Formats: sequence, C-alpha cells, structure tokens
Amino acid sequence: MTVAAAPDDTPLDADPSAIDFARFVKSGDEGVSSLTLVVDGIHCGACVARIERALGRVAGVVSARVNLTTRRLHLAWRGDPSRAAELAAVVTRLGFRPAPYDPGRVDAAAERRERDLLRALAVAGFAAGNVMLLSVSVWAGDASGMGVATRELLHWVSALIALPAIVYAGRPFFHSALAALKGGHANMDLPISLAVTLAAGMSLYQTIGGGGDTYFDSAITLLFFLLIGRYLDSRARGKARAAAEHLLALGARAVTVLDGDGVAVTIAPEAVIPGMTALVTVGERIAVDGRVVDGVSDVDGGLITGESVPVAVGPGEQVFAGTLNLTAPLRLEVTAAGEDTLLAEIVALMEAAEQGRARYVDLASRIARLYVPVVHALATVTFLGWLLFMDASWQGALITAIAVLIVTCPCALALAVPVVQVIAGGRLFRAGILLKSATALERLAAVDTVVFDKTGTLTEGVPALLPTDTLDDDALALAASLAAASRHPLARALIRAAPPVAAAERVREEPGQGLELATGRGPIRLGNRRWCGVSDQGDDGGDGPELLLARPGHDPVRFVFRDRPRADAALVVAALKARGLRVGLLSGDRAGVVAAVAAAVGIESWHAEHGPAEKCARLAELAATGRRVVMIDDGLNDAPALAAAAASMSPAAAADISQTAADVVFQGRRLAPVVETLDTARRADRLVKQNFGLALVYNAITVPLAIAGLVTPLIAAVAMSASSLAVTGNALRLGRRRRRSNERVVHQ
Amino acid sequence: MSGLLYLIPIALFLGLLGLGAFLWALRTGQYEDLDGAASRILFDDDDD
Repeated sequence: MTVAAAPDDTPLDADPSAIDFARFVKSGDEGVSSLTLVVDGIHCGACVARIERALGRVAGVVSARVNLTTRRLHLAWRGDPSRAAELAAVVTRLGFRPAPYDPGRVDAAAERRERDLLRALAVAGFAAGNVMLLSVSVWAGDASGMGVATRELLHWVSALIALPAIVYAGRPFFHSALAALKGGHANMDLPISLAVTLAAGMSLYQTIGGGGDTYFDSAITLLFFLLIGRYLDSRARGKARAAAEHLLALGARAVTVLDGDGVAVTIAPEAVIPGMTALVTVGERIAVDGRVVDGVSDVDGGLITGESVPVAVGPGEQVFAGTLNLTAPLRLEVTAAGEDTLLAEIVALMEAAEQGRARYVDLASRIARLYVPVVHALATVTFLGWLLFMDASWQGALITAIAVLIVTCPCALALAVPVVQVIAGGRLFRAGILLKSATALERLAAVDTVVFDKTGTLTEGVPALLPTDTLDDDALALAASLAAASRHPLARALIRAAPPVAAAERVREEPGQGLELATGRGPIRLGNRRWCGVSDQGDDGGDGPELLLARPGHDPVRFVFRDRPRADAALVVAALKARGLRVGLLSGDRAGVVAAVAAAVGIESWHAEHGPAEKCARLAELAATGRRVVMIDDGLNDAPALAAAAASMSPAAAADISQTAADVVFQGRRLAPVVETLDTARRADRLVKQNFGLALVYNAITVPLAIAGLVTPLIAAVAMSASSLAVTGNALRLGRRRRRSNERVVHQ
Repeated sequence: MSGLLYLIPIALFLGLLGLGAFLWALRTGQYEDLDGAASRILFDDDDD
C-alpha cells in the first residue's frame, strides 16, 4: 500500500464511492444525463485540463467542463444515470474529491440577482453615456444660440433613450422601495425611486411642453452610479459565498447500513433511523451518533472536541457524528441520526447565537434611517416654500424640489461603503482571507480584545515529537520503521521527526493499541503503555500524548509529543499587543498544556478546561464589561463561541461548520492573516467614515444651492460625478497603503 | 444641424450594438468563469 506516501495533513476522508451520485443526476433530452459536481482540490488551469481530458476520453461523455472560479464540474453523458459513480471515480483517481452539487442547498437566487444587477448596470451605462452626450450638446447649444427645434429634437431623443432605460434599470430600486412601503417603513431606495421617477416625469412634461430644462441625464446617471455601488456590494460577497457553498456540498455524505437481510446498502443520512446497524470503513467520517457493536479503532474527534489526538474506542463505547474513523472498520448501533446528533445540537446552539449577532445594524443603515426623512422633509419644504412664498408656478416649485432630491441623492453615500468593502475584500482575498459577512469589517474595526483557541488555531493541530536528551537515534529509527505501517497521527509525527528509514515488513497493527513486529528474539512493540507492558505508576501524563517502544533486552523508550505553536504565533501575539489589543487564550485542554503554549507565545491571560458552554459564558462575561471580542477558533464545538463573539475568524483547515459560523476564514499555516485582517478592517473603517464626511461636505454645499433654485441640470451632473469620483478615489487609497503594512508584519 | 439627423441614429445604433453584444455575452455564460478562461488558452489541444 502507498499509505505512507500520503501527505500528512491530507484529511482521510470518506470513500467517494459511498456517495450516491445517481440521486443528483438530471435526465435530459435524447438520453443525455447531466450532473454538476463540486470538486475539491482544483487549484489552477492545469487541474482543469487534467480533469477535462480524463473525462473526455471516457466513452459516452458528451461534455465535461470545469468552472475554475466556482470549482464546479459540469458533466453530460449519453446513457444511464447510474454511470455517475463511475465518472466521479475517474475524478477521484486523479486525486480530487468530488461531491454532488445540490442547488437546493445553496443560494442560487443570489447568483441570479447578481446577474440581473449586471444587466441593469449595462443598460443604465449605455443610456447614461448617450443621454449625457445629448445633454452636453444642449448645454453647448444654449451657449451658442441653438435653434428651439434642434433643442426639442435632442430632448425627445433623450427621452426616448432615458425612459425605457429608467424603467428597466430602476427595477431593483423600485421593487425594494415598494416592498419597504408595503412593510410600513422607509428605506434608502424610497428617495432614490422618488427622485428618479419625479425627475423623469417632470422632464417628459417639459419636453412635451417644449420647455427649458430636462433632468433625463441626472436621473439615468444617478441610477448608473447607484447600480455600480449595488453590484460591487453584491460582488464583494460573491466569492466568499461560492466558497461557503463549496463547503456545504462537501458536507453531504452517505451512510452504509445493514438492511434486514444483513446486506450492506448505502442510504442518505436523513433516512437513517436509530436502531439500525451502520458500517464505518477506515478513513470514513462517521455520519451518525452510535454505540460500537463490533471493532476496535481510533477515532479522531477533532471536529467535536477540537483536540487532535485520537481516542481509542471498542465495543460498548459511544462515538459521535462528525468524527473520523482512523484505524479499523467499525460496526455501530445507531443511537441518533440527523437532527438528533450531538453535531446537530451544536449547530443549533450556534444558530441561536448567530441570530443574536444578526441584530447588529451597520453604519450605512443607521445613516440611511436618519437620512431618508431629512431628504423628504427638505424637498417638501422647498416645494411649499417656492409655491407659497416665492410665487413660483407649481411646475417651477416642483422642479426645484426635484433638484433637491437629485443632489441629495446618495450617490456618494451609496458608493461610500461598497467601494471600500470591495477593495478591502479584494485585497484580503488575494492574501487568502475570505470575508463572509457584510458587516464583518465594521465589527472587526471596533474589536479591542482577541481571544484564541489553542489546538489547531494557536498551534498547528498536528502533534510533533518533543526532543528530549534521553532519546537515542537507534530507538527512533526503529520506531519510525514500525510507524511507517500506520496512519495514526502520532505514528506520522514520529516518521516526520526521524531520518528516512525503510519501512519494516510484516508489521501487525492492533487497532487502538499499537504496532507489533515479530523478530527471532521476541516481539518489538510500539504503542500505548498497556500494549508495551509498562505500568501507569510514576506517570507524568500531563505532558501530552506519548508512544512507547518495547524491545527485547532493552528498557522501554518513551516518545512524548506536543502540538507545536504555529511558526509566527508569538510574533502575531506581539503585533496584536503593539496595536493596543488585549490577547487571551481559551482552551478545552488541560491546564499544564495550555500554560506551556500561553508562555511560549506570550499570552498572560489564559483559561484551560473550558467546554463550549463555558467558552460562550466567558465571552458573554467579556462583552458585559464592554469588551468587543474577536474569537479565533477552528473546532466545531467552538462554533457557538464564534457566533457569540462580536466577530470571529477561523483557519481554513477548520471544521466546515466553524467556517460557516466565522465572519472571516483565512488560509495557510501562518497566523499573520489575523493582524492583516484587523489592520485592513481599521483602515477600511477610517476610509468609510472619511467618505461619509466627504458626502456630508458635498451635501452641505449643494443642498442650499438646490433649495435656492440655483442647481441647473449641468450643475447637478457635475456635482454628482465629482462627489462619486472623490469617494471612489479616497477608497482606492486602501489598496496602496495595505501592501506596505503587510511587509512590516512579515519582516518584523 | 442637418448632420444630426443621421449622426444621432448612427451613434445610437453603434451604442446599442455594444449593449447587445454585452448582454449576449452575459447570457451565454462568457462571464461565468473568468479565472478558467484565462488559463484555457494555455491548454494543449489534443482533440484534433
């Protein structure tokens, strides 16, 4: 077997043949079946080419196309839907992990909305360009004595372009404003819709009457700018959304159970009922809670407990859904499935905490709440003022009021946040950091306390051999040659620490116990204390996981392992402290281990032996004292804690569900993205506030002019474009400044 | 000013052509996979 050649950090995951692909196949015309798969492990164009070529050679395949952006594979073939498994196996053999893409589980509506926005943006852009061209002609003509007939012609052409475009491109705003009105409240889209419709209607009236000024250009340009903001906003989260969908799809796994006749069948997790007998192969993630009926194995509970060292299980012992079976097949009596598993309970706990956070109202919405009534009041006062006190005609008063609505319209306001967010999100994305929540940057900017989890977050989550002076090289080499036969994480760690050795042959593995090699002089054993016949007395077991090597004629040798802190953990903690943040450590591990890690990375405030509920309580305590905490964590059991904190981050190697709960997911083996993200959030926050300031200054200048009736269509167009450009330009500074600070963190 | 009578329709027609091309590209999925499109040009085509 080539087990030893497998990369150490590749999770041993479910055998893809256990997934029922045929269930997801769509049958089309002329006997063509199609299937969309989410494929894990696609990184570049070369992967795409390999997959497409391999599938293209399979007889009957009509098309195989990989989307590199979404990492989805679309397959179509002639023939039976049941060939799906065979085709998926082709992908698996290339070293990728396919999973069925279930559109029911993902937000297809968001994708459609985004495309609608882009279409509206294109139409608005076309119309705005052409109408502006005609308007410039009118303004130029006004100055140089253009004939009335020519001006009317230009107005009519403008109307012909602008009106259909406004009806089409304005839909996102009209729908939203109508929905808000029906719900009995006002949103930002209401003054926008009002300004655009009134301006277009009034301009049409002027055109028909052959009158002077029209505002077609303002109305359509306004829509164009606002749509840019709207589209960027939606786009900013598109990539993160695609990544989250990817994870969800990979979470779908099938369960193998014995039916009445004792035959193994594969069924969907939803169909499992307690009392059934489930089979779990080596390397498979257990999908149900159950009691072991037969088999002895090691189970990696990292997803549930957050701890990386596997636990031995035997008949009668309880295992949980989400844990990974490592060394031997198990037969389970199912005690709970689906919604009743411990896993589902944890998810429910997390969702409850999440809802608490959903109440957070971002700055833009708070401003909008204030802004809408003010704008409406200003426009109304202007209209009435001109009508009653200035003896203006109702058309003249209405035009002035519309001018107020147009210049106050939130071009700068609508661009202020999305542009900054898109640039921040784009920069972070390129650094391997995914922003998942719309308000994450804002909440992260306000953070004053950073709380880390230990295993897998502050540490690498992979045990490493602790060097001791009593270790001799012969023993290490011998132990490594035995260990080569096992996939146990401690065995892998031993091999990493030893110089390369040939794997010993005929090594027998006793699941949950250890390894044995029979020699002429007696057996050589590598494993736990009991396996090696060493008593537990004089135990300093607080030192972490261990392996013993027993040889005939020698004293047993002890190998102690420890989970190493990430390479830059101490640096990152120091960098966080330098920024005036308080740093803490919350762990479910024993006090001795936690204290050692805390000392190694320089954290003074730590708490050990905290379960999920205690972590939540500790975070609530901190929040009660006015602290804003960002929780950085990877274990599934900590998902509730992630949701309970003001903001949260998760390494990408974390459990799927933690990634779902976290605001920010970062990739790579380093912790530096934490500093990076917090820095970017703070700068983005500053820029957003500056942009709001700019918008305010702009309004302070233009609103009095508009009320005084001095804003002509030309002034409105110039002011609107200038303020939008100023805001966008200011946001662009974020990209430039970040790169330098990045270098500072790395080279410190 | 009579030049406007044919220049404006020409300008609008060209603009509409561009808009139509963009909407067509959008509908036929040309924007679905920008990352993939960038690397597809490098594939060795062994289908021929």
